[in-house]
This record gives sequence, C-alpha cells and structure tokens, in this order.
Amino acid sequence: MKLKQHLPPARNLIIAIPWFWLALFFLLPFLFVLKISLSEPVLAQPPYLDLIREIEDGLVTIMVNFGNYQLLLEDSLYLSALLGSLKVATISTLCCLLIGYPMAYAIARSPSHWRLPLLMLIILPFWTSFLIRIYAWIGILKGNGLLNNFLLWTGLIDTPLEIMHTPFAVYIGVVYNYLPFVVLPLYATLIRLDLTLLEAAADLGCRPWKQFLLITLPLSLPGVLAGAMLVFIPVMGEFVIPDLLGGPDTLMLGKLMWTEFFNNKDWPLASSLAALLLVALIVPFVLLRHFERRAEEGAA
Amino acid sequence: MKRHLPLLITILLFGYAFLYGPIISLIVYSFNESRLVTVWGGFSTKWYGELLQNEALLGAAWLSVRIAALTATVAVVLGTLAALALVRFRRFRGRGSLEVMVTAPLVMPEVIIGLSLLLLFVAMESVIGWPAGRGMTTIVIAHTTFAMAYVTVVVQSRLAHMDLSLEEAALDLGARPLKVFFSITLPIIAPSLIAGWLLAFTLSLDDLVVASFVSGPGATTLPMVVYSSVRLGVSPEINALATIIVGLVSLTVLVVGWVLWKQEKRKQSEAH
Repeated sequence: MKLKQHLPPARNLIIAIPWFWLALFFLLPFLFVLKISLSEPVLAQPPYLDLIREIEDGLVTIMVNFGNYQLLLEDSLYLSALLGSLKVATISTLCCLLIGYPMAYAIARSPSHWRLPLLMLIILPFWTSFLIRIYAWIGILKGNGLLNNFLLWTGLIDTPLEIMHTPFAVYIGVVYNYLPFVVLPLYATLIRLDLTLLEAAADLGCRPWKQFLLITLPLSLPGVLAGAMLVFIPVMGEFVIPDLLGGPDTLMLGKLMWTEFFNNKDWPLASSLAALLLVALIVPFVLLRHFERRAEEGAA
Repeated sequence: MKRHLPLLITILLFGYAFLYGPIISLIVYSFNESRLVTVWGGFSTKWYGELLQNEALLGAAWLSVRIAALTATVAVVLGTLAALALVRFRRFRGRGSLEVMVTAPLVMPEVIIGLSLLLLFVAMESVIGWPAGRGMTTIVIAHTTFAMAYVTVVVQSRLAHMDLSLEEAALDLGARPLKVFFSITLPIIAPSLIAGWLLAFTLSLDDLVVASFVSGPGATTLPMVVYSSVRLGVSPEINALATIIVGLVSLTVLVVGWVLWKQEKRKQSEAH
C-alpha cells in the first residue's frame, strides 16, 4: 500500500496544472511575438522568414532584422497611433471615473436591501454581447439615427449632427462599455469606508464637501486607481470600438495592428506593434497590481 | 446624508438610463416593419423569421455555442485549481508568477492575446505537428486561457470567505482529503462554479478579436458573422438577434440569481 507515496502529491498537481497551462498559452506566446517581430516579412505561408536558418549542411545562421522597429520609429503613423491610443485611453478613463464615481457613491449610500439589485443592474449589460452594445450606438449616433431624429424633432438643431465616425463617438462607446469596470471596484472601497470618520468630522464642524475631499476621496483612492487601470489598459489596445464607431482619422494601436495583420498580411510588423503596446502597458499593469493589493489590504 | 437624497437618485436614474437606453432601443426597433432601422414603419416580427432562415448565421451560432460550452467547462476546472492553489497554499514556488498570470489576462488587450497565440500555434504546428491547422480546437484553447482568469477571480473570493471548520471536522473524523473535497468543499463553492461557468460561457460566446486571429477557414463564429454584417451597416436582423441574446441572458441571470439567492436564504435559516 505504498502506492500513495509514489503518486505526486495532490498539492503539487493543483499548483502545476493551471501554472503550466498559463505558462504555455499565455506567457510563452509573448516570446514568439518578440521573435517574429525581429523577422523579415515574405510572401509565403506563414508570411515571415524564420530567424534560425540552415544555409548549408549543418551550418546554422541566426538572422535578426530590426527593420520593423526602425519603421515604427521612422514612420510618424505609428507614433501618432501610440499617442492616439494614449489620448483615447486617458480621456475615456477620466470620463468613466467622473460618471462612475457618483454612481458607485450613490449605490454605496443607498438602503442596504437596494444595493444588491442596483449592483446587478450595473453588471447585467456586461453579460450581453459587447459587439451588440456597440452596434446599438451605431443606430443611435448615425446621420439619420435616433439621437439626430430626436434633436431635429425638438427643433434644437436644423441639420443632423455628425457624431458617427468622430472621436466623440469612440469616447461614448468606450465609456459605455467600460463603465462597470470602474463602478465595481469603487463601490467595493466606498462600502468599506468607516462612516464614523465622517460623523466625527461633522461633529467637529467640517463641511460636507470638505469631508468628501479630506476623507472620502483619499480613502477611496485605491479603488479609483484600480478602476482607472482596469479601463486604461484594455482601451490602449481596443480594436472593435474605434473600428466601428471611429473614423479614418481615429488612429489607435489595436486598430493599426489589426490592419497590418489582416489587410497587409505583415505579421512581423504587427508583432512589433504588439511588442510596443506590451511595453507601453507594463507601467499601468504594475500600478494595477499595486493598487489592487492595497484595496485588498484595506479589506482585511 | 438625507439632504443629498434627490441628487443621488438623479445620478442613479441618469446612470441607468445611459446603460439601458441603447439596449432598449435595440429591442424596440427589432419589431420594426421598415428595413430602415431607425424609421418606425409599424409593428412586425418578420425579421425574426428571416433570422431563422439565415443558414450561415445559424451555423455560426451553433459553432459558437459548442465552443463556449467546451471553453466554460475546461476554464472552470483550471480556474478552480488556480483559485485553490492561491487561497489554500500560502507559500509555494511559482506563486508570484501564477498571481501575475491569472491577473494579466483580465486586462490584456485582445489583439495581443490573439496574435501571440496564433504565432504559438503556427510554431507548434511546424515543430510537433499539433495543432494541425486552426479552427475549433485552437479557439477553445485561446478562450479557455483568458476565461479561466475570470473563473479564478470568482472562485477565489468564495474560497477566501469559506468556513474551514467543516473540512477540518471531516478530516478529524478520518475522511480522505479527496473525499472531503468532493463532498464538502465542492458543494460549498458550487454557486461560484456556476457563476464562473456562465461568465466563461458568455465571454467565449462574445469574443470577436481573439477568435479572428486563431480561427482557420471553415470555423466562423457568431461574432464574426455579426461583425461583417454590422460593418456593412445596420440591419433589422441583427436587432432581432440582439433581442434574442439579451432575452436569453437576462432570463439565465435572473433564474440562476434567484435559485442561488433561495439557497443562500435556506442555508441562513437552517443555520439559525
């Protein structure tokens, strides 16, 4: 009956199975992105030259091509796409916070039996299709869409507004889709806020807005920053929203990468764009981990 | 606090109107007679009829449902293992890397996940000959990888708040660890497994970007069909499809939520 001792302990298996799955299918692929970004594009299947090639019998050579990165630096298109992504991600993160904070605050201060249904209502749209939620906005924002028809009917405008295919439409789409990601962490920090602090401040004569600025806002900062990064990071690489709601002047990294890959079949250039995006996301990701930890510690 | 009540209610009303307005407009115009989606031409259900005759769309929907079911099942197994490792074992080699690897997919842009996995699959095929070509298998692997991260988060929070005394009692009475896991731990965390499965299912069903990268000829999922149709402009058929999806999702969430809520109440009353 020594069989049990020969089997690998369950503990190791529980750790190893998810670890190896993620290492193989999440971490290892990044190395291939790096590798292909250093290769030369060719018209073949797959459309790149392998870095390690055998030129003669047994003679192996490694050819590294920095041309893709050189192109990223030289062609201003790619720099403006990076700046475009940063701009859209920053502005829409701020808008999400401006709309999401009051909502999270209102839910956290509502009667306790209302909170769960109100939170469910925030999450429910997130369960319906992302693509369909974007599609809904096309019907509202386009030239003869619902919004323009309504504004024309009220007489506020004489000619239809051009909202579709503008940066404004992209902001609406991003804020609409990413709002739950800021409301949930904000709610989690606001609900744990010690209300006796506010009472003490009020007893000492502190005005409500000052209470908010000096107590509520600083204490909810980990939630604010965690929520901000949950929006900022994925929006940096967003493709569907700028593609469907934005116009040709909406330059963003995710959209450019998609075009290079699917339309131009330039896998190496798409890979170097992905590498650029990954590097740009390292700092926000470290920030996210830091503030999520702080929010968790606040909970404990 | 009382003075701010009207302001707080107004904020919530506007917020929820913003969240639900577009979805309601979709549903209303799916019953529109006119092909012009935003001009009301009378009540009609004809677009639902046309939807049911759209073979390409129905085939893609069936493929997507199969992929989503497989993805959700594998993701729940892997995600639960990861959650167990992170909650139950405080210190182990690779803990830091596991933590990073289950957090990163939650925020990683889809274009990066899609491209990097495609490059991995291409390299694997040329070295070990598997996966031969791309299609359903590669999509399931890709979806499982990001869906399991969501499952881990959901199961982790349930495990962290679980009362350990039941397990300890069973172990003291001589039950084997595996038996304890299946007859005590699993039933207790079951609600989070169901929630995780449903979340993974919807994430997979909804994904356009990752699937576009790792799919091959012959494997066209529902979001790909919807995307190419939406690119050509709005169509009432898509409104009808959206209404069906919204209806099914709301129904599932409400039923599951109600059942779990009932269970929770029963447990609470038993405990008292």
